[in-house]
Amino acid sequence: MADEVEEETQEIEFSRAGLWIGFRESLPVALSVFAYGLVFGVLARQANLSFLEAVLMSLLVYAGASQFTALGLWVHPLPALTIILTTFIINLRHILMGAAIYPYFRNLKALPRNLSLYFLSDESWALTMGQFQAGKRNGAFLMGSGLALGIGWVGAAAVGYLLGSAIDDPKRQTLGSGFRLPGGLYSLTGGSMARSEKRPALDCSGPGGGGGLLLAAW
Amino acid sequence: MTIELEVLLIILGMALVTYATRWLGPWLMSRFKLSHKVEVWLGYLPGTILISLVMPDLIRSGLAGIIAGFASLVVARLSGNLFLALVVGVFTVWVGRSWLG
Repeated sequence: MADEVEEETQEIEFSRAGLWIGFRESLPVALSVFAYGLVFGVLARQANLSFLEAVLMSLLVYAGASQFTALGLWVHPLPALTIILTTFIINLRHILMGAAIYPYFRNLKALPRNLSLYFLSDESWALTMGQFQAGKRNGAFLMGSGLALGIGWVGAAAVGYLLGSAIDDPKRQTLGSGFRLPGGLYSLTGGSMARSEKRPALDCSGPGGGGGLLLAAW
Repeated sequence: MTIELEVLLIILGMALVTYATRWLGPWLMSRFKLSHKVEVWLGYLPGTILISLVMPDLIRSGLAGIIAGFASLVVARLSGNLFLALVVGVFTVWVGRSWLG
């Protein structure tokens, strides 16, 4: 049994064509990431970051939830250690996501693997796992997906920042974009339930949802 | 177009610890020979993580969010079209919030 699983995950391909597939299939999600990123740009301006600083943060950190939280802590004198530590804690979930993706990634060469991991985000990870669980062995999907979302995220930070002066209430202006994460991921969950035979999403909705409820209450 | 040294260092620090979280999962897994039990456990991770990412936001967004969540779910299951499900979800939240305040 164990050997069966192992053999199944041996083959993995990392190609330019695969990169493009990941990019293309993530475009709908990139659109909603763009809407979310606009809000970040606007708020970054309000937090007195410079244009370059806002764009650089989106480019280098590339993790929405932690960036928004950092803005919340962005009061001079800047609590550098608190900001960095908080960022680390919020992004700890990546460890579990990385662990889940490992069986598919272990036969990739170090360079494409470590580069791909830079693009690990909630959305790209979910899309990539959906691909893997559907039996596809496209190792470049995560990077392609991350590039699509990254362009949306960084571009939106720039546009949002420049538009910032014209917008006073970002939450109202971007309509339902606050719903991005649940909307996007809920669709992914539904999709993976419809496709996967084993229905892990359905099986796990009990404990996972319970954990989520607890987190929300906290 | 300015950037303060202090801010640059904070951003670099944030980037570093964030990349560390992305890299640690596979690295930790590669340190151990995976038993069948661990493989099975890993198989259950995606759905669990996905649900736990979605639920807090869904509940926080109130009745309109929950209704829209179900709308997205139904559309995603029936159509298999991610974009359509997304549009329906966002639209439902928008309509819901306009009506429910």
